[in-house]
Amino acid sequence: METMSPLERLLRGIALTLVVVFFMFPIVWIFLMSFQTNETILRIPPSVVFTPTLDNYAALITGKLQTAAGTLDIAFMRNLGNSVFLSVVSVAVALLLGVPAAYAFARHKFKGSEDIAFTLLSFRFAPPLLVLLPLTQYFQWLGLSNTYFGLIWVYQLICLPLILWIVRGYFEDISADVEYAYRIAGHSWFATFRKIALPLAGPGIAAAGLLAFIFAWNNFVFALVLASADKQPVTVGALAFVTASGIQYGQIAAAIVLSITPTLALALYAQRYLVEGLSLGAVKG
Amino acid sequence: MASVTQPGTAPRGFRISKRVLPYVLSLPALLVCIGILIPFFSAVLYSFQRYRLSQPWARQFNWGENYLNFFTDPGFWNTLRVSLLYAGTTVILELLLGLGIALLLQRRSTVNNFISIMLLLPLMTAPALAALMWKLMTNPGFGILSYFASLIGLENFRWASSPDTALLTVVLVDIWVYTPFIMILLLAGLRSLPTQPFEAAALDGVPRTFVFFRITLPMLTPYILTATLFRLLDSIQQFDIIYAMTQGGPGDTLTVFQVEAYLNFFQSTNVGRSAALLIILWAITYTLSNVFIKNWLRLRERARGEA
Repeated sequence: METMSPLERLLRGIALTLVVVFFMFPIVWIFLMSFQTNETILRIPPSVVFTPTLDNYAALITGKLQTAAGTLDIAFMRNLGNSVFLSVVSVAVALLLGVPAAYAFARHKFKGSEDIAFTLLSFRFAPPLLVLLPLTQYFQWLGLSNTYFGLIWVYQLICLPLILWIVRGYFEDISADVEYAYRIAGHSWFATFRKIALPLAGPGIAAAGLLAFIFAWNNFVFALVLASADKQPVTVGALAFVTASGIQYGQIAAAIVLSITPTLALALYAQRYLVEGLSLGAVKG
Repeated sequence: MASVTQPGTAPRGFRISKRVLPYVLSLPALLVCIGILIPFFSAVLYSFQRYRLSQPWARQFNWGENYLNFFTDPGFWNTLRVSLLYAGTTVILELLLGLGIALLLQRRSTVNNFISIMLLLPLMTAPALAALMWKLMTNPGFGILSYFASLIGLENFRWASSPDTALLTVVLVDIWVYTPFIMILLLAGLRSLPTQPFEAAALDGVPRTFVFFRITLPMLTPYILTATLFRLLDSIQQFDIIYAMTQGGPGDTLTVFQVEAYLNFFQSTNVGRSAALLIILWAITYTLSNVFIKNWLRLRERARGEA
């Protein structure tokens, strides 16, 4: 790389500062807002000088919201619990189904394998409502409307293609020779899969799982269409909360902070794998 | 299903034949997804029916009337126009911004790496929640962005609540969430380019604009195409940001395909029109995704080769 002139350094510095401010400001501002009462939030001009309070978080955790119209019960912690449950179980199911399939696609070029893999991938790009709207009626007939079981099934549409394609790439990167050697030593196919392939692809499987978790957590439309209030995750719950609590802006901000913290923390933890995961293995990070 | 793949429980000497094994392994994943294919065919069927939830007795095939009606339906043309405008604006702006930021961060340094990690945070925020964050910031009463707007002389700038600026507001949220996606893909692409052409160009004293347009850009094109198509596929289907921000309003300002289909289904209970809209959207995304998958596969092969 050639050296930069002082002017260029300055311009680059300014540009990067603007970029960081634009992308970080909303998160910082909502975070600050979550520690304020309406009194300081509503000041004009806005100011960052305030006495922080934990009242908003306390109201969310106890589920009792003081509004002008009296005390309001709010089930936001229930939404948070739903998000955790739905995401964890969906990813677990997707790993259980997806990892063996990924292994099959990576190791065996069997008849129709590419077609099947592509059919699964195409779910990633189809309009979700195309499936969801007719599904509301099927779920009514099957008794699956507003059940965790039904939601987790539909969540496979997000988790399975992601896991299948990422993990398949990791299996393909492992040389098959190691596995052949182990097989020749007299071990069964299953033992080879468990003792050799799985541990070698372990980091990739973990990364795919984390990414699938983030995508499941961030999903909005599936639960909006298929779940009622008691089964809704935070993405849908927060929207209902805004309508219900009206002008309790501090609590809304606190609810948003609680809802986005898990995925942001996981993203920072798994950032090394994000590039590969987001591009389904097309771009190496 | 699982018990079949457990050789431990099988009688001694039992071996799943090599031909069957891959099918056995991928079958469970497939079965789960086939359950999802059935509603897809139902949607095709609905789109050819006169079907309103409010008048279930009048349900009958009308053989393409839902589609033919679109030609004379200003609501449909509005949906098509807004969807294309939204997808086009967001993807072009995100591509330019993402490429710019990737070039700024290209050189590996502690600061650059730190910034590129920070920029992941908006991308990992749920789009629906991101819309709520921006809704708080653009509140006409106390929103910080409304205050900033008033500082530069835009009194009463109403952001998403005015038909004139609603599109601008949701596009801004989309840019905030998804520019980092293009940025990290292009940054990974930039950093994986071979260094020799650049060294040779520097040695010969080739002007930097020439290097950028004749070396960097052509070599980066597969990455740019993949990132653009990926975003285009998502953006033309955008639902979360728009629904959480304005529910498609004010009026019909932001009734993009999926929002319009959702409102048709649940509010005007016109299932036939809703399904026909989604089939048209599906046709668009299917065409795009075929182009995309070809390009993406080439890039994937290359990434595999380098590994």
